[in-house]
Amino acid sequence: MKPENEAAVQFPSLSANEAFARQLAAAFAAQMDPTLEELGDLKTAVSEAVTNAIVHAYPDSIGPVSLRLRRLPGNVLEITVKDRGRGIPDVAKAREPMFTTGGAERSGMGFTIMESFMNSFSLRSAPGKGTMVRMRKKLTGRGEGSCKP
Amino acid sequence: MQYTSLLQDKRLTILLSGEIDHHAARETMEAITAKIDVYLPRRCVLDFGGVSFMDSSGIAIVIHTLRAMEELEGELWLANIPPQPMKVLRAAGIEKLVRLGAERSPA
Repeated sequence: MKPENEAAVQFPSLSANEAFARQLAAAFAAQMDPTLEELGDLKTAVSEAVTNAIVHAYPDSIGPVSLRLRRLPGNVLEITVKDRGRGIPDVAKAREPMFTTGGAERSGMGFTIMESFMNSFSLRSAPGKGTMVRMRKKLTGRGEGSCKP
Repeated sequence: MQYTSLLQDKRLTILLSGEIDHHAARETMEAITAKIDVYLPRRCVLDFGGVSFMDSSGIAIVIHTLRAMEELEGELWLANIPPQPMKVLRAAGIEKLVRLGAERSPA
């Protein structure tokens, strides 16, 4: 599907970039006229996906994390978060609520939140190669702010 | 992430403000545990009134604080939770574990 608008950014897996990533997603989504609740939902989903990359993909090192935002027809926002880290050995297990291999400051609710706060969610991971999370959400909008050349 | 605490009649209120994410979680958790260890409250109230954003790191903070209060046979209340953090807490079914205060009315 051809996007009406898009943006992509890459940053190192530093925890300070969690706030940067979700604020960037919110700034991109602003043109799609989201409700306050929708904005909260997508900021939360981005925060979860980027935190996963920071905590799990590169546990003992710093590596690249990429965030791509695409505005698709029908006022749908697509968010892709990709890393080139160690990957997830058991994807089904990782998606279970309350399961975490992180420390005490992790709750194991990241994937559950991404799945329930967004309309669609897909996860691809290859051990040793990296992980990609792709999520879409249809934003209500008010019929304004459409993309014009 | 900033916090202020008040102690009154064995009730420790911790006012949280700013954004709660993984970047801030460990430090916040340690600060809350340190307050509980010093004041040994019967009830701890985490006041979310000033929280502008929270992801699942906030769930971990609540569960960690709950465990610390259970060790003291005390209780944990959550108060003034804005809609966005409330949605995250509800996704984890936190209302089954902890007493939740009223949501702040929308501005």
